[in-house]
Amino acid sequence: MVADLLRLKLTLLRNGLRRSPWQLVGLAIGALYALGLVGTGIAGLVLLRHADAATAQTVVVLVGAAAILGWAIVPIIASAADMTLDPARFTTFAVPMPQLLAGLALAGLIGIPGAATSLVALATVATWSRGIPAAAGALAGAVLGVLTCVVVSKIATAGTAGLASSRRFKDASAIAFLIPLVLMGPILAGLTRGIAASTGFLAELAGILAWTPAGAAWALGGDLAAGNYWQGALKFLIAAATLAALAWLWKLLLQRALVTPPYAGTAKKKSSGLGFFGLVPATPAGAVAARSLSYWLRDPRYAGALVVVPLLPVLLFFQASQTGFYGILQAVGPLTAFLLAWSIASDVSYDSTAFALHVSTGVRGVDDRLGRAAACLVFALPVVLVFSVAPMFLTGQWQLLPGIVGLSLGVLFSGLGLSSVVSARYTVPVPLPGDSPFKKPPGNVAQTLAVQFGGMAVLLLLVSPEVLLVALQLAGGGPVFGWACLALGPVLGLALFAAGVRLGGRWFDARSPELLAQLAVNR
Amino acid sequence: MTFDQPSGPVPALALRGLAKRFGPKIAVDGISLDVPAGSFYGIVGPNGAGKTTTLSMATGLLRPDFGMALVHGVDVWRRPLEAKKLMGILPDGVRLFDRLTGAQLVSYAGLLRGMDRAVVASRVAELLAALDLSQDAGTLVVDYSAGMTKKIALASALIHAPRLLVLDEPFESVDPVSAANIRDILDRYVASGGTVIVSSHVMDLVQRMCDHVAVVANGRVLAAGTVDEVRAGASLEDRFVQLVGGRSHSEGLEWLRTF
Repeated sequence: MVADLLRLKLTLLRNGLRRSPWQLVGLAIGALYALGLVGTGIAGLVLLRHADAATAQTVVVLVGAAAILGWAIVPIIASAADMTLDPARFTTFAVPMPQLLAGLALAGLIGIPGAATSLVALATVATWSRGIPAAAGALAGAVLGVLTCVVVSKIATAGTAGLASSRRFKDASAIAFLIPLVLMGPILAGLTRGIAASTGFLAELAGILAWTPAGAAWALGGDLAAGNYWQGALKFLIAAATLAALAWLWKLLLQRALVTPPYAGTAKKKSSGLGFFGLVPATPAGAVAARSLSYWLRDPRYAGALVVVPLLPVLLFFQASQTGFYGILQAVGPLTAFLLAWSIASDVSYDSTAFALHVSTGVRGVDDRLGRAAACLVFALPVVLVFSVAPMFLTGQWQLLPGIVGLSLGVLFSGLGLSSVVSARYTVPVPLPGDSPFKKPPGNVAQTLAVQFGGMAVLLLLVSPEVLLVALQLAGGGPVFGWACLALGPVLGLALFAAGVRLGGRWFDARSPELLAQLAVNR
Repeated sequence: MTFDQPSGPVPALALRGLAKRFGPKIAVDGISLDVPAGSFYGIVGPNGAGKTTTLSMATGLLRPDFGMALVHGVDVWRRPLEAKKLMGILPDGVRLFDRLTGAQLVSYAGLLRGMDRAVVASRVAELLAALDLSQDAGTLVVDYSAGMTKKIALASALIHAPRLLVLDEPFESVDPVSAANIRDILDRYVASGGTVIVSSHVMDLVQRMCDHVAVVANGRVLAAGTVDEVRAGASLEDRFVQLVGGRSHSEGLEWLRTF
């Protein structure tokens, strides 16, 4: 039975790849990336063989504990857990519980994360190959540790399955997770500085962790190498008991899950009135704008982009405080303009097959383009203006203000025009409606990259006059260039915007059924 | 290729040699069909017969490889905006803008068609009441059940009072009471001169509800006409099985009786 489950997992993996060669390319890219990480990890652990035992112990225990933590957290926040062997699908087969548990646990090791963790964990045997007991201890620790990783992730998935199937929780957790992710740089920098300031902290932390369920397994090799056989034996007991307790807990959760499938749709949001639909002009373009605005606020895939915007100045400010070059803050206006304008380039892809409504109602391309761009402008214009002016209070370089405002407006309008053209012609694989914004979408990675980079290159070309004027002023050309940019930016931007909406609209009218067919591929 | 122009009144929907190929598979293999104005037309066929593909091509959602579709004489693929004004469409297997509330979604469909705000508001209220969705007008469509989702999509297709309604699997997962309500609405609509096309594989329903029927299998029309013509004295279900074939005679599976 265990072998059957493993074979099932392999078959599912293989059939998934057979669906399209691009899936294989995706897997290969993922595997290469993981191989790089794993290679570095293994090399580091092998090199640690020659380090002194205390350092090696600290590193191994900390990394191991971090791995267990990662396996526990990732399935909860990313809601991207691998559900190919969802226990709920075995409900009707009456598989004996012990076999089901063993099979699912081992099957959890198949796949990139499982294989990578196993390989790195086994490399600790090399670190502790300083004697037979130490190596044997490291091997036992690695096996216990990896199994703990897998079981912990299963518990996390099973435990939050009820929560995770509620739409509210999914929406909220996806956005909440984004904030630390964006601020990763500053947080890591702060942490490393704090740790560097208090030497010996890491060793102490590792010492404590080694006695907890998270670190005990990983400490086995080190203890035996140092000759602390009693400590080693105790930690082995802790690690084994941890695994047994976790397995027991998983069994309980699984037994419950098998008879009570998660109930979806508990969260019901009531709102009366028509929201944005009551505020916009009653035209097709107005309706499209109202729909887009509702989505900017309600769909986590859009709202995620909105959360990033206020974090952008924080990031740049951090960058500036690191380097002491506060001039970079003035880039926040044009940068935000670019980010927001480009974000609607995949607007139609985000619609997925709901786009059929636009095709079946026969909305004109110009109205569709204009509505989507207008929705973005409603908040992008004030935000970009504020972000262009506010940094001047900090830097005091008011003579740059006209140039920066001109550049920001130029980028915003030209970008919206370009996005209107791009989204009428190209679809890119994006997370489907209702999926986590972090979920890797199925489909063609190469085309996504081509559209993204091609689009950015074209945009750079479109705003090159404004960029040139600002550069000339920065190079000492006097304020006249800045004022010229303030005049040119909005004029050229609006012209390109109008041209983009018209061209995009014409393409849309000619090809909307083909666009829908492209969207149907990835639904 | 030339086709005979039908004599007499202009049909609500005329398909002429529609064909579509997906890779090596021919999904629709030259379908020609006349749907008379004022008829309640059922399209039945086994799974994968090409019903959805045909209706998508007839309504302007999927460009055909060959052939043409005329709605009240307007070519869907030459003059799409005009043709789409005449049609209300309930497609099967596509998503809705489900982060809108039910009332917002139906209003959206109306406003997209360029309707007046006051007209949209009054029709939305009436449609939601008729489809028993007034209670849930303010709930996001993503939180709707499958049957409610079908009903709200139907409301979106009705809002602009089209002359032709094309409904792909309209009764799937709709509860019996709502289905009866929908049937009443459609019957009244047909009685006042509208045309309805429904696809389904519930033969019983089609026999009771429709006056015309076409049997489609493997991308071809096997039989078409009034329900009485097609079923030729037998029940529609028997006639369908006879036309489509594929009934396996229950040889084998002996072990199924050995429990």
